[in-house]
Amino acid sequence: MDGYIALYIFMLAAFTGYEVISRVPVILHTPLMSGSNFVHGVVLVGAMVVLGRAETPLEMTIGFFAVLLGAANAAGGYVVTERMLGMFTAGKKKEKGDAK
Amino acid sequence: MTSPTLVQFAYFAAAVLFILGLKSMSSPLTARRGIVWAGVGMVLATLATFLTPGMHNFALILLAIVIGGGLAWWSGKIVKMTDMPQMVAIYNGMGGGAAAAIAAVEFARGEAHGELSLALAVLGALIGAISFAGSCVAFAKLQGIMNKAFRLPAQNIVNIALATATVVVGLSIVLVATPTPAQVVVFFVLALLLGVVVTLPIGGADMPVVISLFNAFTGLAVGFEGFVLGIPALIIAGIVVGAAGTLLTQLMARAMNRPITNILFTPISGEAQGGAAVEGTMKELSGLDAASLMRFAQKVIIVPGYGMAVAGAQHKVWEMAKLLEEAGVEVKFAIHPVAGRMPGHMNVLLAEAGVPYEQIFDLEEINAEFPLADVALVIGANDVVNPVARTDKSSPIYGMPILDVDKAQNVIVIKRGKGAGYSGIENALFYQDNCRMLYGSAQQAVADVIQNIKTMG
Repeated sequence: MDGYIALYIFMLAAFTGYEVISRVPVILHTPLMSGSNFVHGVVLVGAMVVLGRAETPLEMTIGFFAVLLGAANAAGGYVVTERMLGMFTAGKKKEKGDAK
Repeated sequence: MTSPTLVQFAYFAAAVLFILGLKSMSSPLTARRGIVWAGVGMVLATLATFLTPGMHNFALILLAIVIGGGLAWWSGKIVKMTDMPQMVAIYNGMGGGAAAAIAAVEFARGEAHGELSLALAVLGALIGAISFAGSCVAFAKLQGIMNKAFRLPAQNIVNIALATATVVVGLSIVLVATPTPAQVVVFFVLALLLGVVVTLPIGGADMPVVISLFNAFTGLAVGFEGFVLGIPALIIAGIVVGAAGTLLTQLMARAMNRPITNILFTPISGEAQGGAAVEGTMKELSGLDAASLMRFAQKVIIVPGYGMAVAGAQHKVWEMAKLLEEAGVEVKFAIHPVAGRMPGHMNVLLAEAGVPYEQIFDLEEINAEFPLADVALVIGANDVVNPVARTDKSSPIYGMPILDVDKAQNVIVIKRGKGAGYSGIENALFYQDNCRMLYGSAQQAVADVIQNIKTMG
């Protein structure tokens, strides 16, 4: 890829990331950390491409682990974030627990 | 559409969905929608990748996705809410490991052409490997597999030496352009070792900041490998997370008044140096006394900490709070920005128990109210309510913003034993005249208080 185009992408993405979470209430810090953890799970795509082009057994082995780890990052990140955020909605329904 | 165009379009859509998803996740009202959008983006990108021209090894790819994704999905489903921080740490570490592995394959193939590409591949590999190794250590510590802080002799010198060696070997890879297997292996061993050594001495309240830092690291590593592979979606997602994670890390570090460099290079050690000895005795009280103090108070502020999380006592605590409210007591929850093991950890747990947002307050919002409170109930929190952070210049936590619990009329501290907090610093609060200790796990102690409140009708 053209180095300068990539540089512009880097720059714009960095500002976007900064802007996107600059006004986040503390209450969402953990879910957001978990959510961003999920988003970088897209490394799975890169790992798939690498394994998909692997030729030698060595490349295939490392590529296999790359996909394995990437998939774990994405799947785990999603489930954990979803569960955390699910609690916030549950929290809105007050008086769910019994107040014996 | 031909398949390359389709793939590119799917990646583009995924990048848009990731950004929109993160944006939505930064507001409580839209947060759930946000993760679903990001999830759709991920599925799109993954499916599209199968259509990339020139790919083979599909069976292996599918097998790896099923095993890795399946295990992570399952572990994420069964893990207890209180163990979330270490799960985030370990999933994040895996992402870093994946980025490092991608770089390793690129090195093996000699496919990273040009100095810029090779330099970014090395940088991504370095950061990814550090994040992987460091996150594994963080996971082991939080899970209790590895005990507390472990400090090497001459820690900082070892850190610097290791870091220098890693960078030198990394540079040599960039310069020779076709690295030998030995070079690559040495590079990765050094980078992994660096990740371990840097994380080992870190403990206590610094842990969440480090997890967040590694999260940002993985993002950057993914972004750099995205450049090497020529996939803009990876660059965008990775760098956005890298920037957002860096900001989040700064917010947390600022909340503790500990610059990142201090956290990494002068960790609060087990035997904290400095800090005057504390005079006086700790005074115990019974569950009955605690119950009556709160039952007949006008205003109670509850300060939850890691102890509540460990005991899983959030439901009991909310049950108690509701009983108090029925008796006409005003109950508020005060949350220190770094209470627990992640910022917002306590918010998540209280939300799980059903505590409404309106009753949960940040440090800035609530600190002025402590002098007006009849009772401040501290549940398994220690360093974040230690008044020496305001008063004792020689203390390692001096300058860290704390909840001014000591200014309440009465303070009740629920604590398992008499020991010092995670940082190893004596807490002057416990020796104050207005402070009483209720010993026991948060679960038992609160259950005891609930029983006693009920008998008072």
